[in-house]
Amino acid sequence: MAIYVEDKTRVIVQGITGNQGSFHASQMLEYGTKIVAGVTPGKHGEVVHGVPVYNTVSSAMQEHPADASVLFTPAPFAKDAALEALEAGIKILVLIPEHIPLNDAMEIMAVARYRGAVVVGPNTFGLVSSGKCKIGIMPNRFFTPGPVGVVSRSGTLCYEIVGQLKNEGLGTTTVVGLGGDRVVGQHFTDVLQEFEKDPETRAAVLVGEIGGSAEEEAAAYVRENISIPVVAYIAGKSAPSGKRMGHAGAIIERGRGSFESKETSLSESGIKVADLPHKIPGLVKEALE
Amino acid sequence: MKLYEYMGKKLFADYHIPIPRGRVVETEEEASKAAVELGGAVVKSQVLTGKRGKSGGISFVDTPEEASREASRILQMEIGGEQVKNVLMEEKHPPEKELYLALTVDGEARRPLVLASQYGGMDIEEVPDEHIVKWPLDALVGYHPYIAREICHQLGIEGKAVKSFIKLLGSLYQLFKEKDAELLEINPLGWYGEELIALDSKVVIDDDALYRQKDLPQVEEKTDMEKKASQMGLAYVDLGGDVAVMANGAGITMATLDLVQHFGGTPANFLDFGGGAGEEKTAGALELLLGTNPRVILINIFGGITRCDVVARAFVNVKERQGIAIPFFFRLVGTNEEEGRKILEEAGIEVFQSMKEAVSRAVEESKKQGGGQ
Repeated sequence: MAIYVEDKTRVIVQGITGNQGSFHASQMLEYGTKIVAGVTPGKHGEVVHGVPVYNTVSSAMQEHPADASVLFTPAPFAKDAALEALEAGIKILVLIPEHIPLNDAMEIMAVARYRGAVVVGPNTFGLVSSGKCKIGIMPNRFFTPGPVGVVSRSGTLCYEIVGQLKNEGLGTTTVVGLGGDRVVGQHFTDVLQEFEKDPETRAAVLVGEIGGSAEEEAAAYVRENISIPVVAYIAGKSAPSGKRMGHAGAIIERGRGSFESKETSLSESGIKVADLPHKIPGLVKEALE
Repeated sequence: MKLYEYMGKKLFADYHIPIPRGRVVETEEEASKAAVELGGAVVKSQVLTGKRGKSGGISFVDTPEEASREASRILQMEIGGEQVKNVLMEEKHPPEKELYLALTVDGEARRPLVLASQYGGMDIEEVPDEHIVKWPLDALVGYHPYIAREICHQLGIEGKAVKSFIKLLGSLYQLFKEKDAELLEINPLGWYGEELIALDSKVVIDDDALYRQKDLPQVEEKTDMEKKASQMGLAYVDLGGDVAVMANGAGITMATLDLVQHFGGTPANFLDFGGGAGEEKTAGALELLLGTNPRVILINIFGGITRCDVVARAFVNVKERQGIAIPFFFRLVGTNEEEGRKILEEAGIEVFQSMKEAVSRAVEESKKQGGGQ
């Protein structure tokens, strides 16, 4: 069993004929993901890496019913493409693009809520159930099966940590990128809840960063609802307050969202907080024993 | 993008939200003239930082002489590191009561959120939670008068002011949607029995939506280097230390800075050149970094959407083009790692696999060069 996506999950790639869409479709296929169709308006009839391309999600779904869709559409057109996928009945929607306006993101989330669909992102690397199905842009070779569930706000840092876990012989069940934006579909709490239900996930790693209140939210949730061990790392300990560090979320304002606030609330909920990324595997091993 | 108070008020006026009479002036002569027209005035410095009142950047005057003197004083002020360039002269119109009203984005609920309080005029962070009404909106449902009626009920607002509030909140929501605001704050919102007037404005526009908001004024609050970086699509923050850091992704860049500090070094900057950067952007980021004259350069690449070969090629090209005299430490793993490693090694560049090792070596070198904490 895996969470969100598994080996049977059928996937559509929106924007498959573009540079990024085409490159990552090939990487996903190589990983073993069942990509059943691609969508790019005006490119019906083309074939990308053996995948047939359609003009609309709905017409693609008529020929190739799918559960999930991943978007490589440029930000200004992302809302249109996302709503199209939700209308066509997609239940797992992965939004790769960054710089999607907040108003557009809030509208996408409202429609997903109404249609009972799960949105991952925007501004995410995607998600992967290791050895089964990868929907996203992360490098294939780090994601091998094992007992650890990983959920992260940032991308590259998550690969770094998954890579370090792998070096220590620890594989992953499912790895989920929440996305770096202020409005994202899945939160730490949503993913931790799924890990808790998954018999194969024996420990969870939470990769957070300064800014916002998602880690504090997660800490409160873990205290009440989660029985598997959770290890956390928070990036940005050295960041000066009031400076925006790239992600929309990574800004400390008026003491809220600071490293100290997050570290304290996580520790108080019984979560082991690693002070540096390379200390995570050791803490996970201890927790598993 | 933050807007100055007077720009925010202009937007309010465009959306029929009542504001006081007033105008922006840049000299004491104009200020004195404005005071005559307005019959006494409030002189308000126009800066993007908060706490103007506490720093003496707001003054109440009765005569043209006073207006001229106060405007002259305020125009010479620097508030929160920002030079005052102009002042807003407004009529004095003390309200019966000061309210607080804001529309913002609630990331936790993934919805727009109305915040309202009877305790306006002070910093909302200092108002106890039980005195703030929080009403999340649904983007699909939008704004309807019942929302304002409910908020008025919770605030204890009755009578004719309810009608004004319904209209005002409706206008505010329309502005929020149409102009892609991420924060609209009116503090204080002046209460005059039946009428409500926005006595201040704080407007922040969503940077990611600026491409479709061409009509808005452009406000720039970055340093020259930060401006240059953002034009290239890079996120750059000056931190003033010795080890210049460049990485791909905000999270890993922050973690790299944390590690630099852990080993006793001081980061010179935060430079995230993003996921999937091409050769040109990578070279641009590197050149920008070289322009800051750091003691040591540390490059930390974990390629996902970023391809290692592209980064390596860009680096070698810049090195060959302008020569790099500063010691640098290159960590490279991820997508197309083998090709990237080969390109660097052929150019005689040592490549690290471990982030920890690359950072500790970079910090060590920066200390040799006379840096450190």
